Amino acid sequence: MTKNKSNSLFESKQVKDALVQSFVKLNPKIMFKNPVMFTVEIGTAIMFAVCIAILFGAQDQGSFIYNFIVFLILLATLLFANFAEAIAEARGKAQADSLRKTREETPARQVLSNGEIKNISSSELKKGDVFICEAGDLIATDGEIIEGLATIDESAITGESAPVIRESGGDKSSVTGGTKVLSDKIKVIVTNEPGESFLDKMIALVEGASRQKTPNEIALTILLAAFTLIFVIVCVTLKPFADYANAPITIAAFISLFVCLIPTTIGGLLSAIGIAGMDRALRANVITKSGKAVETAGDIDVLLLDKTGTITIGNRKATNFYPAKGISQEDFIKSAVLSSLADDTPEGKSIVELAGIEVAQKLSIEGATLIKFTAETRTSGVVLKDGTNIRKGAQDAAKNIALQAGNIFPEDIAERVIAISSKGGTPLVVIKNNEVQGVIELQDIIKTGMKERFDRLRKMGVKTVMVTGDNPLTAKFIAEAAGVDDFIAEAKPEDKMNYIKNEQQNGKLVAMMGDGTNDAPALAQADVGVAMNSGTQAAKEAGNMVDLDNDPTKLIEIIEIGKQLLMTRGTLTTFSIANDVAKYFAIVPALFITAIPALEGLNIMRLHSPESAILSAVIFNAIIIPILIPLALRGVDYKPIGASAILKRNLLIYGLGGLIVPFIGIKLIDLIVALFM
Amino acid sequence: MNTELFGVISIFIVSIVLAIPLGRYIAKIYSNDKTLLDPIFNPIEKFIFKISGINATEEMNWKQHLKALLSVNMVWFFLCFFILLFQGSMPLNPDNNPSMSPDLAFNTAISFVVNCNLQHYSGESGVSYLSQMFLMFLQFVSAGVGMAAAAMVFAAMRERTTDKLGNFYNYFIKSCTRILLPLSAVVAVALLFNGTPMTFEGKDAITTLQGDSVEVSRGPAAAFIAIKHIGTNGGGFFGANSAHPLENPTYFSNAVELWAQLIIPFSMIFALGFYLKKRKFSYVIFGVMTVGFLLLVIPTVISELNGNPAIERMGITQATGAMEGKEVRFGPAVTGFWSIATTVISTGSVNSMHDSSMPVSGSMELLAMMVNAFYGGCGVGFLNFYIFIILAVFISGLMVGRTPEFLGKKIEAREVKIAAFIAILHPLLILSGTALASYFAANDTAMGYWFSGNATGWLNNPGHHGFTEMLYEYTSSAANNGSGFEGLGDNNPFWNITTGIVLLLSRFLPIIGPLAIAGLLANKKYIPESAGTLKTDTTIFGVMVFAVIAIIAALSFFPALALGPLAEYFTLK
Repeated sequence: MTKNKSNSLFESKQVKDALVQSFVKLNPKIMFKNPVMFTVEIGTAIMFAVCIAILFGAQDQGSFIYNFIVFLILLATLLFANFAEAIAEARGKAQADSLRKTREETPARQVLSNGEIKNISSSELKKGDVFICEAGDLIATDGEIIEGLATIDESAITGESAPVIRESGGDKSSVTGGTKVLSDKIKVIVTNEPGESFLDKMIALVEGASRQKTPNEIALTILLAAFTLIFVIVCVTLKPFADYANAPITIAAFISLFVCLIPTTIGGLLSAIGIAGMDRALRANVITKSGKAVETAGDIDVLLLDKTGTITIGNRKATNFYPAKGISQEDFIKSAVLSSLADDTPEGKSIVELAGIEVAQKLSIEGATLIKFTAETRTSGVVLKDGTNIRKGAQDAAKNIALQAGNIFPEDIAERVIAISSKGGTPLVVIKNNEVQGVIELQDIIKTGMKERFDRLRKMGVKTVMVTGDNPLTAKFIAEAAGVDDFIAEAKPEDKMNYIKNEQQNGKLVAMMGDGTNDAPALAQADVGVAMNSGTQAAKEAGNMVDLDNDPTKLIEIIEIGKQLLMTRGTLTTFSIANDVAKYFAIVPALFITAIPALEGLNIMRLHSPESAILSAVIFNAIIIPILIPLALRGVDYKPIGASAILKRNLLIYGLGGLIVPFIGIKLIDLIVALFM
Repeated sequence: MNTELFGVISIFIVSIVLAIPLGRYIAKIYSNDKTLLDPIFNPIEKFIFKISGINATEEMNWKQHLKALLSVNMVWFFLCFFILLFQGSMPLNPDNNPSMSPDLAFNTAISFVVNCNLQHYSGESGVSYLSQMFLMFLQFVSAGVGMAAAAMVFAAMRERTTDKLGNFYNYFIKSCTRILLPLSAVVAVALLFNGTPMTFEGKDAITTLQGDSVEVSRGPAAAFIAIKHIGTNGGGFFGANSAHPLENPTYFSNAVELWAQLIIPFSMIFALGFYLKKRKFSYVIFGVMTVGFLLLVIPTVISELNGNPAIERMGITQATGAMEGKEVRFGPAVTGFWSIATTVISTGSVNSMHDSSMPVSGSMELLAMMVNAFYGGCGVGFLNFYIFIILAVFISGLMVGRTPEFLGKKIEAREVKIAAFIAILHPLLILSGTALASYFAANDTAMGYWFSGNATGWLNNPGHHGFTEMLYEYTSSAANNGSGFEGLGDNNPFWNITTGIVLLLSRFLPIIGPLAIAGLLANKKYIPESAGTLKTDTTIFGVMVFAVIAIIAALSFFPALALGPLAEYFTLK
């Protein structure tokens, strides 16, 4: 659907940028934000000092080469962690850049307050300015149409080539900078100061300039800092312990033990995971206003969906003709078609379609007077040349007409009407000259694959609610057919709002999607409000995400992205900490084996020598970071199999895996390292 | 040997079976439900509340609970310190035992207030009967305080969005009168019939078969020893604690004392299940604790039954296993079991000298106290475990892709911060204390006021075993356990004061932490469960908690254990 997705994880230009950034990020001021990696940086600096000291003749710290190698590996650990963050940023930036290309400097024709038109550059447009666009123009910046209607090519943003119609008033009045007007002329009011559009905000978020840590990220950082602190205590107190045991420990060994024990794997990848989460949202063509919104999406309990366009194909279709008693099927169809020939609503067209083109061709409405649908009469139809008055409409309206004219409303039709409603259909009653002819059944068509999607959501623990203007009977039928958990029938805008508030009162998190101005309050009230890009400015302001594709089912994807984000953090934390077991068994015997030979018994990996053991452990600790970068960027797979099952699966893969992998990894590295010693 | 193992297993099983109905009873007490014993206890409690001017129906928030808890403890501490300091010139001192030195009185007062009972003195010569009586009082109330704190956390876990968490004094008094007192009475009577003395008379003189005249200390011991175990205190009446023939005369009394220390920690877990009406949750907790306990007990019992390889190499058969430091009337199996029971639970009473345990057993005893969350002490055991639950919920919540929730409350940065702090505290106190002592010992520093002579003088053994003696003392203090590795010269200002400080911090901070977390969570919005919510009453969550405990609590001590008992084990092998 979208063309601006790059599927390869690493592109050479991004990698180059990221490599440069890896060094720039060594700056302690930047490093300080990540407590785990900051302590590694301190350790690296100390190792550098040790190397210098050896060059100047220090004796008791082992060979220069060994110390220098430890220094290099620690430096590599830092660079790997920086690279992870930088590559995530670079990918996000590339994604943002491709969007930004659409909003480079374009000429704009501003309408001044005196009505004159002035040619200026798009960057000079301020909030509240008005400009005009004609066929062939690029729209200068985000805004709302205040006059006119136009077809617009939005493929630059959505990748969707079919043009869309945008017009003033109503819910489809928004235009996006960089899209192209294909026909007609519109007057647009600018809705944002330059540099403050949603896209600009998103780009800033991805680029890290305004990225704020999300609540979960803060809590996790605290936990990781605590782990780091425990190991500071372990390593510092080890010094007097070793002194007592007459087992001198070199600085290199101390720092290696420390760096291996603290959770560098997750510490190094943490910010990359967060950035990658927003990047994934952007790839799904969703602009988020904050990282928190993506995270919250993973927690959603209730999802409000509009029926029309989301659950069902936009329009109802005629599926059956039921003539009244005493009226022939043929006559009834004739009346139905006559009443619909001039009706260009989708329902009207579908009636003609159902009757068949042959029937329609035989009939003519030349010279007839058309009666449009109005909210008062709630019927539409024609008065033919010969004076025949044919109407179709809602059953109560038709009934009124019939009864007022002194005719009866046939019982079989009344029964049929109830039967149709209870099947989720909409009955349309046709009357000719105030006599009931029969009833047409209109049915909603549920989009394919919806049931599976709702099942998936249910397994994720998300309750789906259908919002519709239909009567409760119809709503219930469609809700059941589509597989949603609940519905709001005959919904008024405030009903949505009340439903959301009610669910929130019970502690649930609610998401909804909307586009109209009357959706805005509910979008603001919802914990995750996704506004469609085609929607009104008010809706976009109120929500905390904007979907560029205007795809109502996008929320499902967003929820999965949110869950993936948390899961990736959790699993890599578990992996990182489980690694410690093997590292302990590599380093602790290496520290003391010279002084206490009996501790060889703890060297269960049978590593070659104390030096090779320490080097292998730090090397493993360093290279596991780049190995896990792809996982951090892609995210851990989410499967809706229930929380306990996911926990079991992830504990097996990342917990048990985290326990076993380093034993194998360190042993293999040791075998290689031993070759050089 | 089979008989010995049968004895161990049956004591363990009987304790579990009896803990379930007791747990139901405890849950009723904390829920203020009617019990059969109401007619007896209602008037007593009414009287206590009346004379102390307490309104037991007044609801408190977590901060008020904490304030009440800390203030009563402070009063007891000063009272106890004063009595010990002047016991020599106070009544009920038939043996004319002297007053305590200030540093010993400081250490003793703290260690009894905090339910640790480190005892750097010997009961026979170190305290008067008045002091013993007051220490006995402290053994009741310190256990009651722990249980009252746990009861508040229970309430916080049950309530939805409130800061009204019951009344501290109500929980506390009822824990003492309705749980600790009746159980202690039963145990005391059982001990009496086995020969434990209960008298206010001073030393008795007997003439042995060899014709020597020997003075035998006695006193109001049976009552003291009952609460020592029921309240998981462990403070012995006599110096040798439960290895003393009058304190623990027979195999049966040994079984009773074992049962007595296991029963309340076991029942508190079941009580939680009954109280929350989430019995499966309490079974998961109990399961995790039991797995941890068995992983410590089994290697210990095996290594004790196998005997000492060094002795074996000398060609001496050890048909009864490793008997050094053990009582013949108990044998190695039940002694090994006891040594883990007493360290896993914060009792700290000993029926053998842990200094003489095999290195594997020594490691397991240390690990039991380092983890300090399998069963654990009266009330506080669950509080320690609660911290690990919070951490496990947080990590596993992330792992399933949802903001972590525990019983419908979101775990956020503040709770994680407190839990992480408490989790760090334990290794911090143990390792930094041991580091300090090792530093002096490594340099053989002259200690001046702190210790007469050079630092290595406080060690009974050189090398790894000496290191273990120091590590054990701080571990026992930080776990509020109170068992001693013995051998260490600990009655001096250095050990009295440093362990005293460790005792204080390691008692009250780990109570404040869980109370604060529980109080904060209780105040939060309640979120009903959905299919996406992680359930905490499942085996897989139990596995997660166990992993968190094993990695945080056990791994931080790996280097220390390697230099102590593990080095000894590999050297001996």
